[in-house]
Amino acid sequence: MADMLKKVPVREQDPKVRATNFDEVCLGYNLEEAMDEAARCLNCRNAKCIQGCPVAIDIPAFIHEVKEGNIEEAYKVIGKSSALPAICGRVCPQESQCEGKCIRGIKGEPVSIGKLERFVADYALENDIKPVGAETQNGHKVAVIGSGPSGLTCAGDLAKKGYAVTVFEALHELGGVLVYGIPEFRLPKQKVVAKEIEKVKELGVKFETNVVIGKSTMIDQLMEEEGFEAVFIGSGAGLPMFMGIPGENSNGVFSANEYLTRSNLMKAFDDSYDTPIIAGKKVAVVGGGNVAMDAARTALRLGADVHVIYRRSEAELPARVEEVHHAKEEGVVFNLLTNPKKINVDENGNISSVTVIKMELGEPDASGRRRPVEIPGSEYDIQVDTVIMALGTSPNPLISSTTKGLETNRRKCIVADEENGQTSKEGVFAGGDAVTGAATVILAMGAGKAGAKGIDEYLSGREG
Amino acid sequence: MYQIMKAEKLADKIFLMDVHAPRVAQHCEPGQFVIVKLDEKGERIPLTICDYDREAGTITIVVQEVGASTTKMGSLKEGDYFRDFTGPLGCPSEFVHEDIETLKNKKMLFVAGGVGAAPVYPQVKWLKEHGIDVDVIVGSKTKDMLILEDEMKAVAGNYYPCTDDGTYGHAGMVTTMVEELVNEGKKYDVCIAIGPMIMMKFVCLLTKKLGIPTIVSMNPIMVDGTGMCGACRLQVGDEIKFACVDGPEFDGHLVDFDQAMKRSQMYKTEEGRAMLKLQEGDTHHGGCGHCGGDE
Repeated sequence: MADMLKKVPVREQDPKVRATNFDEVCLGYNLEEAMDEAARCLNCRNAKCIQGCPVAIDIPAFIHEVKEGNIEEAYKVIGKSSALPAICGRVCPQESQCEGKCIRGIKGEPVSIGKLERFVADYALENDIKPVGAETQNGHKVAVIGSGPSGLTCAGDLAKKGYAVTVFEALHELGGVLVYGIPEFRLPKQKVVAKEIEKVKELGVKFETNVVIGKSTMIDQLMEEEGFEAVFIGSGAGLPMFMGIPGENSNGVFSANEYLTRSNLMKAFDDSYDTPIIAGKKVAVVGGGNVAMDAARTALRLGADVHVIYRRSEAELPARVEEVHHAKEEGVVFNLLTNPKKINVDENGNISSVTVIKMELGEPDASGRRRPVEIPGSEYDIQVDTVIMALGTSPNPLISSTTKGLETNRRKCIVADEENGQTSKEGVFAGGDAVTGAATVILAMGAGKAGAKGIDEYLSGREG
Repeated sequence: MYQIMKAEKLADKIFLMDVHAPRVAQHCEPGQFVIVKLDEKGERIPLTICDYDREAGTITIVVQEVGASTTKMGSLKEGDYFRDFTGPLGCPSEFVHEDIETLKNKKMLFVAGGVGAAPVYPQVKWLKEHGIDVDVIVGSKTKDMLILEDEMKAVAGNYYPCTDDGTYGHAGMVTTMVEELVNEGKKYDVCIAIGPMIMMKFVCLLTKKLGIPTIVSMNPIMVDGTGMCGACRLQVGDEIKFACVDGPEFDGHLVDFDQAMKRSQMYKTEEGRAMLKLQEGDTHHGGCGHCGGDE
């Protein structure tokens, strides 16, 4: 029997080996390990972990089934609340959600809820266990804009309730940030994402790729001409920010979105695909979020020495603890309390270095975080040939600017009710990063769920 | 999948295709572009819309073989498919939104270089359909490379072909032709120049001198074409613009062409390697240690 105070360790690829490939780092539990870990759950009556989960999965109930070895039953329990467990088990920041609330975590390590969810979901994918769909169709047509986590969740939930759902996606592949943003070594595309989306298709959801809403057609036209009675906007926050420093348009400066899209969506890391990528020999990634970690670890796998440049200290890094830990193990160097001032270019137009300045933390700002302040005269150069900007993203104005009566706030986010996703326009609901700005996969899923509930209430209310 | 309804060779390495894409055909306007992806492993390539048929649901594109992907596209036949075809993308040309009566009083000059004739065509055609005659200069290296001549003649008020080698029309560059027309006493309120960046740069240098406001259609490297990556960013005046969503058309006198051209060269080596692999097929040896090969 395992140590009850500690998580059953999960098998991972050796850091030296995995730094040279794009295969998944974490190998996950096997049945025996999962059952051992499940036995650590105290099956709390008033389970705090459920409150920590944005989609309120009945965690003790599914873990109880795992403990007994009834994995198919466990999958059904999760399926009541989540449409994408194989993804969430991998990419949720569990330490600040379900696992952060686990009673076991007070004296020892919390139950490894994410890894157990992942085990159950992977089992369902491998054994082709079908999700439970609606018995009858209710005849209502709903359009979902965007096939990222919020759109997929909303579509899945509505299909389970009997709605005829069509998802419109601007890119050529389904999944949003799950395919273009999060790298293969964290979230395998064929083995996990494509199969999980296949399950949403099995629920009867239709998908149309290469449709840019706001360009290929408009929301008003979907409602007026194509017979959609309600629309859910889950278009995300895909617009990259740049710093506005000198040299930022030099060859070799990329947004993390471009770098990751080339590598993940277009598979530029694989020679048999046509899209090129400039890997760089020495790469600076600017930023400290998950996107920065993903870009840094991608550049590393393409053969570069990688520096992460972040203006606050390690404690403020917004990235998941596990990802920072993995990045360090793989050899990413962290230049903390440091901020770029300009990008220097040689006579051929290539980047020769980036001039950075040291920072110290001052008084807390409005958000409660200590504000980084430049230390005068502390500038120095880091020799690099490639710079990747991972400073965050904001919502693309394409949809809000082409839809009549859709209110946005000053950050260009769509204004929507948190409880049901209702926007300022009748019949139009929204959720995920399009509403909140860049956040997490599971929050987007929670918003997709809320939107599906809102749409269901709106359309079933209209029947009466 | 998007079927090719018609494929035609216009000149050496230049191909025209009608592609069935009803959603694009329904909503596109002159000045916009599409992103095409040939197959599973293909890259996303931006191409300006050359013509459209809303009834038939087709979009006409013109492809010039310049690298590996476009060469593969050049071999496509009627009945073949593009795996992906997205659009319309970018903003329509400004005049689409202008008042027709105001437009009728404007003297417009279009300058097309090489395959730039393809994106110029729908603009001139749109204006013709709205009762507006414009002057059109089309330049090419040599007579055999001149494309869409009959089509352009049918919609242009005055049509001025030029060839660099003097084999047809006026001998010399398009810029010489612009100067000649102005010297003849022609006055223009606006010039719209579309072609290789170097040609647009020189047209802009000239029209700035002549005091003619000039619009150019920029063709930087793109990936998604929807504003999510910034690969296509340009310096326009003191602002950074994304050509795919803010353009592709900009005030040519504000565009930093030298920077734009430098950015276009970013992947030159990778492109060259891809081309070599395609040409040499199975005999492509790669990585011999001397040539750089594939690695």
